Formats: sequence, structure tokens, C-alpha cells
Amino acid sequence: MTDVLTVDAVSRNFGDRQVLKDVTFGVTAGRLTGFVGANGAGKTTTMRIILGVLAADQGVVSWRGAPLDRPTRRRFGYMPEERGLYPKMTVTDQIVYLGRLHGLGRDDARRRTAALLERLQLTERAGDHVEKLSLGNQQRVQIAAALIHDPEVLVLDEPFSGLDPIAVETVVGVLRERAARGVPVLFSSHQLELVERLCDDLVIIADGTIRAAGGRAELRASYALPRYAIEVAADAGWLRDQPGVTLVSLDGPRAVLDLDAGHDDQEVLRSALARGPVRSFGPVQPSLAEIFREVVSA
Amino acid sequence: MTTFDAARLVAAREIKVKLRDKTFLFSTVFFLLIAVASTVLPAWLNGGPDTVAVSPAAAASADALRQSGVTVRTVASDAEAEKLVRDGDADAAVVGGPRVLALEEAPGDVVDALSRQPEVRLLEPNERDSYLQFIVPFALAFIFFTTSFTFGLQISQSVTEEKATRIVEILVASIPVRAMLAGKVAAMTLLAFAQIAVITLVTFAGMRIGGVDTGVITLIAPAIGWFLPFFIVGFIMLATLWAGAGALAARQEDLGAVSAPVQMAVMIPFLLTLILVENPTAMTILSYIPLSAPLAMPVRAFTGELAPWEPFLSLAVLAATAAGLLALGARVYEGSLLRTNGRTSFRTALRSRSLIS
Repeated sequence: MTDVLTVDAVSRNFGDRQVLKDVTFGVTAGRLTGFVGANGAGKTTTMRIILGVLAADQGVVSWRGAPLDRPTRRRFGYMPEERGLYPKMTVTDQIVYLGRLHGLGRDDARRRTAALLERLQLTERAGDHVEKLSLGNQQRVQIAAALIHDPEVLVLDEPFSGLDPIAVETVVGVLRERAARGVPVLFSSHQLELVERLCDDLVIIADGTIRAAGGRAELRASYALPRYAIEVAADAGWLRDQPGVTLVSLDGPRAVLDLDAGHDDQEVLRSALARGPVRSFGPVQPSLAEIFREVVSA
Repeated sequence: MTTFDAARLVAAREIKVKLRDKTFLFSTVFFLLIAVASTVLPAWLNGGPDTVAVSPAAAASADALRQSGVTVRTVASDAEAEKLVRDGDADAAVVGGPRVLALEEAPGDVVDALSRQPEVRLLEPNERDSYLQFIVPFALAFIFFTTSFTFGLQISQSVTEEKATRIVEILVASIPVRAMLAGKVAAMTLLAFAQIAVITLVTFAGMRIGGVDTGVITLIAPAIGWFLPFFIVGFIMLATLWAGAGALAARQEDLGAVSAPVQMAVMIPFLLTLILVENPTAMTILSYIPLSAPLAMPVRAFTGELAPWEPFLSLAVLAATAAGLLALGARVYEGSLLRTNGRTSFRTALRSRSLIS
């Protein structure tokens, strides 16, 4: 598992304000990488630098070991945070035009546009002006604009914002398809539940620095607290007096607890069994939101 | 794909959009109608008296009238001649006296045909008539002014549209900024040129149909010959400025204020040329200042007081300035294209090194 797209020690200032400090991370082929951070953390700036829309003050972005140049970037697919299309152009003309700007021939561009619109369930609106489309459909056209030239890399800034739940599923499906074909996909989002469900890898940015990066499972494991959930048959109030246990929540027979260092989870289970039947007992995985909160506040 | 290919794609899109734009189509049709109206209509309306009734008492006038090209109808009496005029069967009549009869206006060509005019000898003849002397400089200046203004404004609008709709970021990520700029300028230059060419052709065709003396074509040929290169270089120079202005505005509403300096740069030279057209010294100066050269130099080529090398020198100055402004316009364009939050100041755009070019 190697990173094909690497961002290496990239810094960028706007005036006196440093918005990116030594940003370093990689995106792996065939995996969906979620790029998470608060507003103003530096996600959009990073993505713009990857696409060459902004210049970095320091650092390089490389593709398969070589610094990115324009011909390589032309094979990237990009969806900017600030969405936009020509309002008075038809959906088909628009996508064909963007495809041709990426170097496709006329017929090729037309054929691919038709197929893509079919895939995104936009065929019926193919001849309509973009301004006549609903917001959700405009977003789908925007996705089509990023995919038309079968990009080798996808960089999507907030691809899910403004999408209705059905459109989210369509887009998720399309992104998974691309990843399955080996395309590295980097997407930013502030919808943490969605990122949690979708991504294989995670990059967390705060105040212009990368706070955590890696596989979702590894991150979870490394940020896992010694936290357990238990459900017993009767009231679980006795846990308050159990040595080494700090109760997080207690609701009749259900409780969530943290274990102090030096205490064994099996100890707790044995005490519970001694008091009666235990319906469930197990470690609690931290949610992405919890990891995010911890990483960012650190 | 090279920058040139990308620029061609951009230009093709701009032209396609423009050819479907109702404002553009209407303005072209409107100009064509004016061209037809101003050439064909006068000849058609000013037909002059075609039929002249001549009574026996004025039979001596018949030959002179025939020579002037009118149809002569010989009638039996003065009374019958008068009746024909009253009934509208003849446009005028010549009766005993000789007197000329007409309904409302004195028929100039009948009167001329019957008059003896003294011979005139001009000591300093001017081969151009005074009407052309006035209308040709005005027409050339007016064409350059309206074209560079209307098409220039459209370049600005098209740039601002891409910024306002935010599609600009996708474009910038796909093709070089220079290709976008070059494509737009090329498309508008081509359209402006095509519009003028069509109008010119229709005007000349109208002159033939209307029977207007086509000798004017040879007279104004030198002016047109110089007008073309000055027009192209001058138009491109201004087009880049318009594109830069368009990039500074984030919304169409800002465009008026942001493009005001460019509007002045187009308007002031036009007005100066019109005001100072009779002043040779001023016109010589104007024909070397790049902003007014495309207006003043073709006019001087028409009026004739011009050394052969002068247009070349002026064109070189214009081309050098155009190249300089092209670089400046491109810089402003690149520096402000992605600043979509509100108006960008000229200085910020120049200082900004946000884009890779």
C-alpha cells in the first residue's frame, strides 16, 4: 500500500496569516481518503494547491514520485468548493466542453458525457440549461464535470454539501466505483458521520497543520479509550462502587464506563456475572467525531 | 493539448454562445438595416421627376430634357400638360414661356437641365467632395469606437460571468489562464471583425443597387487599407484591458465601476479625434498616441497629409504598447480571477502571485 499522491511539507501564507504549516500526507491508490477539518482549517487551500490553482510558498505535491506538472494535473478530476457552471449552457454542452478542455476529442467527449449522465440519472435533463435545474441536479452535473475525462485522481472539495440523501447515495456509489478501479480519491467534508461510513483513510487538519493521518481502523484503535458498554438484567448502579471504574453514563441496566489504568475489563465482567445475567459487554469504538474532537483539541 | 488548442476551444465556445445571443444578433441586424437604409433608400426616394410633360409651346426644351435623362411626354397644349401634373401622371411639365410646373417642390433637375450655367474653374481642386470629407473620418472613428466599446464590454461581461458563477476554478484547474484570455480575445476580435465585414459588404452592395457613385471605394481604399491593421492591433490592445477589468469585478453589478477607466480610455480618444479632425497638428499627435492611433491614423491616411513611413511607425508604437498592455491585462486577469469575494483592487491583482502560470 503506497501513496501515489503525496503532499510534502507544503506551507502557504495569505499576507501575514499562515494558513498551511508544513502540511504532509499521502493518498493511496484505490482508497477513499477523507479530509476532515473545521472551517478555515486549510482544506480548500490544500486542495487548490494540489490542483495547481494556488501556488505553494514551500513544499511540493508529487504524483508517483515526480513533482506535479500541468499535463499530469490535466488528468486529475477536481470539484471545487465554490461550485459553478455556465448557467445558460445545456448540461450536455457543458460537460462536453469541460471534457474537451481536458483533452478529449469531440466524439469521445460526447459519448462519455451521455454515459455519465445516464449513470448520474441526468439523461432526461441533458438538453436543459443548467440554470433550470434544481440545486441537487446542478450538483450532479458538477460531479459529472469532475469525472468526464476518467481522471486518474479525484480531488473533491465538499462533494456532498447541498446534496439530498438520494443524490448522496448516487455520488457515494460513483466514488466507490472509481476507487475500486484503483483511482485515489481525496474528498473533504464536514459531515463526519458520512466520512466515517465512506472513507478508508483519514487526514485530519486543524489550524493549517495535519493532526492525524492514516487508515480509519488504525486511527480508531490508536485513539480508542479504555471504554466499555455493559448491559445487565437488573440495575447497574453497583458499578459506581466498582474499583477502577469511572461511569460515563448510567441508564437502568445499561452503562458506559471508563477503566482506569491497571484494571482489567474481565474483572468488571466477573463482578457483573456474580450479580446476575449479563446481556452484553464489550469495548466502545470511538466515533470519528470523538476522535476529531480529541485530535483537534490536543 | 497545447495552450493554443485550449485557446481555440475557449474561442469556439465564446463564438457559439455569442451567435445564439439575441442582443448580438439584433444589433447586427440593426446595423445591416441602417447600412441598407442609408445607401439604397435615398436613391429610391429621390428618384426625381421621371416623366416631364412638354407642351408645343416649349418644344425647344425637349432635347435638353431628354439629355438629362428624364422621360419626355409631348402633349397637345399647356392646359393638358398642367392637367397631367395635377393628376400625378407627370412629375413636372414645361409649358410656354418657358415655365416649369410642378406640384409642391421645384424640380431641381428639370430646372438644371433648362438652365445655362457659367463655367467654373477651381484653382485648387479637391478630388473629394465635402460630404465624403466629413463622413469618412467620422465613420471610421465611429466604427472603431462602437466596436471596441460594445465588444470590449462583452469580453468583460464574459469574464465576470465566469467569476460570478464560480466556474472559473474548474477552468483554471484544466487549462492555462493565458489560454482562457487568448481564446476570449480572439473570439471577440473575430466576431467584431466579421460583423464589420458583413456590414461593409452590405453597404457597398447597397451603394451599387442604389446607384451611388462607386468611385468612393477607390477614394477611401487607402484609409480602409490602414484601418484594418490599426483596427486589429488596437482592438486586441483594448480587449485585454477589458478582460482585466472584467476579472476585477466579482459580479456584473461591479463591472460598471471597475471598467470605468477602460471606458474612458476608449471614449476620450474618440471624442478628441472627432473634435480635432480639422487640426493637422493635433491629428499628427493623436495618430502616434497608442489609444488614439487606431482612430487618427486611418483618418490621416484618408485626408492625405501623410509621409509614407508614418503609419508604419505609428503601428509599431501601437503594437509595442499592445504587447505591454497584453502582459499587464494578463497579469491582472490571473491575479484577480480567483478572488471571488467582492471587487479586487488593481493593485492587489498585480501583487497577487496566487496563480501558477
